[in-house]
Amino acid sequence: MKKKNRLQLDDNGKLKHFLTIEGLNRQMLIDILDTAESFTSVTEQNIKKVPLLRGKTIVNLFFEASTRTRTTFELAAKRLSADVLNINIQASATTKGETLLDMLRNLEAMHCDMFVVRHADSGAAHFIAQHAAPHISVINAGDGQHAHPTQAMLDMFTIRREKGEFHKLNVAIVGDIRHSRVARSQIHALSMLGVEDIRIIAPRTLIPTEPDAFGVHVYHDLREGLRDVDVVIMLRLQKERMSGGSLPSEHEYFQLYGLTEEKLALAKPDVTVMHPGPINRGVEIDSEVADGPRSVILRQVSHGIAVRMAVMSMAMQSHLATSTGDVRR
Amino acid sequence: MKIEIKNGRVIDPANEIDSVQSLFITDGKIVALGNAPPGFTANDTIDAKRQIVSPGLVDLRAHLREPGEEHKGTIASETRAAARGGITTLCCPPNTHPIIDTPAVAELVQRHAETAGFARVVPLGALTQKLEGCAITEMHALKKAGCVGVSNAMKPVGNTLILRRAMEYAATHDLTVFIHAEDAALSGDGCVHEGAVGSRLGLPGIPIAAETVAVAATLALVEETGARVHFSMVSSKRALQKISRAKFDGQPVTCDVSAHHLHLTEIDLLGFNSQCHVRPPLRTQRDMEGLRKGIADGIVTAICSDHQPHEADAKLAPFGATEPGISALETLLPLALRIVDDGVLSIPQMISSLTHQPAAILGIEAGTLSIGQRADICIFDPERYWTLDGYSMVSRGHNTPFLNWEMKGEVTRTLLGGKTVYEYK
Repeated sequence: MKKKNRLQLDDNGKLKHFLTIEGLNRQMLIDILDTAESFTSVTEQNIKKVPLLRGKTIVNLFFEASTRTRTTFELAAKRLSADVLNINIQASATTKGETLLDMLRNLEAMHCDMFVVRHADSGAAHFIAQHAAPHISVINAGDGQHAHPTQAMLDMFTIRREKGEFHKLNVAIVGDIRHSRVARSQIHALSMLGVEDIRIIAPRTLIPTEPDAFGVHVYHDLREGLRDVDVVIMLRLQKERMSGGSLPSEHEYFQLYGLTEEKLALAKPDVTVMHPGPINRGVEIDSEVADGPRSVILRQVSHGIAVRMAVMSMAMQSHLATSTGDVRR
Repeated sequence: MKIEIKNGRVIDPANEIDSVQSLFITDGKIVALGNAPPGFTANDTIDAKRQIVSPGLVDLRAHLREPGEEHKGTIASETRAAARGGITTLCCPPNTHPIIDTPAVAELVQRHAETAGFARVVPLGALTQKLEGCAITEMHALKKAGCVGVSNAMKPVGNTLILRRAMEYAATHDLTVFIHAEDAALSGDGCVHEGAVGSRLGLPGIPIAAETVAVAATLALVEETGARVHFSMVSSKRALQKISRAKFDGQPVTCDVSAHHLHLTEIDLLGFNSQCHVRPPLRTQRDMEGLRKGIADGIVTAICSDHQPHEADAKLAPFGATEPGISALETLLPLALRIVDDGVLSIPQMISSLTHQPAAILGIEAGTLSIGQRADICIFDPERYWTLDGYSMVSRGHNTPFLNWEMKGEVTRTLLGGKTVYEYK
């Protein structure tokens, strides 16, 4: 655990890489949220740019397909005035000879400053951070089933905007928690920010092994789990779970775990409905709820830009500080 | 050539010997303990003061990578590492390239070991052709070519009918079947223990049931066929309980554990440490303690190295994409001594689990200091402290999670058939 801490933070305790929520303290998470708050004005003004990362080169290294996450990272980088390079690599390409490490060395040789990495293997971002040259920052944009920390932070940002304080909230996460990197990061962030009642709701086939280790309450009945919650986060159900024997059918899943207005009535009246997207209408969520007044799904997307700007600028600042230090020496 | 090893604490558990005395070797064979035989004049005298003189160690499982993966290791490089570790007999599984499913490959492995001259290598033949689990091998021919048992290596035989026939056929030829107990469907694409740590790291898990289901199915077939079965590298307490019950019922089953499963648990994976990527996976503290107790109780009769040398690149990738295994020959003895320090075993018991007990599983004459035996001997200083570092490792693979660990107990000299094959300088 300690090792992980050190990997993400520099000697002064500043964010150097952003790989997982685990190991970051509450103040660090709040700093990220506050910085993001200051950037929201940028994204709303006419000229949507600040010169914080002018002259810096950011590489979006996506080994796994993604539209939303990649575009919001790209927009965030551009609004910070950085140059952005998008590289989409099918996972198979690296197995055909060039190793991941070879590719990194090549990009380093092109004097890049930051890698935003999405990869199908858990631990990929850690691996890259461990082996990248010291001047490079690594941001995890999702690794296997391990972590998706920027998604979790934009969700925290959304919750704070909607609800204010964290510690009084009851938050339920519904769906395929077992295979979800989003849920893992959300759980760590929620508990670090002080949410005491975190519930996960799913059939046993979609609950992770030893959920107690995450400090959550487990429910198998959606109605029971939704009672009095302030926030409900629906997870996307991957199609492959259907064929993998984890669930019998979409129909039965929707019947038991799909969020409808009727089931939502059990939650608090001002409940906030969230979803990391993209949504499967009629599988995990009814259109009426997704498009309804309590849904903040689209707001989450726009918050994603501000949060990613915050994380990128903070991680890069740590490097700026160290590199000026080097010059003086 | 006559050699006297004097002043050492000679421990030969098979003959219940444990005392400071001299050992005499003539022409590569042990000729006497205690007093010199009449007319013995040593050409060479080895002073083993404050050291233990033990039979050369017998390792039930070491991947030597030859033929086929010489970039990871060769029989010469890895048997030289074995000599440094005090190991004089190595049993290698059949998953080489080509696979040891024909007498020619079995003979090649032994011939190359003989030429290298650092340790004796006894191969296991493949249980099924190409390890595909579809058709049984020519076990009679493999046995004649020197195979001491049969195994499907890391590949579980999914079809229980084929497994049953293979076990029956092996029993016909009095060959022990070595089983790596894993249910392929349950382990799926898993790479770590399915538990709290794997769940946190988001790494796909191998449940304990993958092992217990395979153990239970195999035990049912042992009852059916009467075949002799050895379970390699048991990793969980629950699997051990099943084997223990079968042993108690008089079934012809034995098992071993690897040295690393006695010292590491899933916790060691934190930070995605790919050096701890092993198969079967590192399990929980409870399992580790269960395995230790199993050794103390005599349910587990051998400790193996499960030596798997790799080139550096094999471990340089995101965890799930790395290759499993540890380069382990040079740490087998110190890791076994460490459980002596932890109070699990006495030194003679520990030596048993590394010498005559594994030799009995292989059905070979080794692992004792009996008069007339080949002089395969390991002399070690049980009190010497040293630190494992990559530079001094002899194995071509430097992949080990024990780098920079302080070890206690170091081999000072290894003799193979009376010839010194390793000497500490």
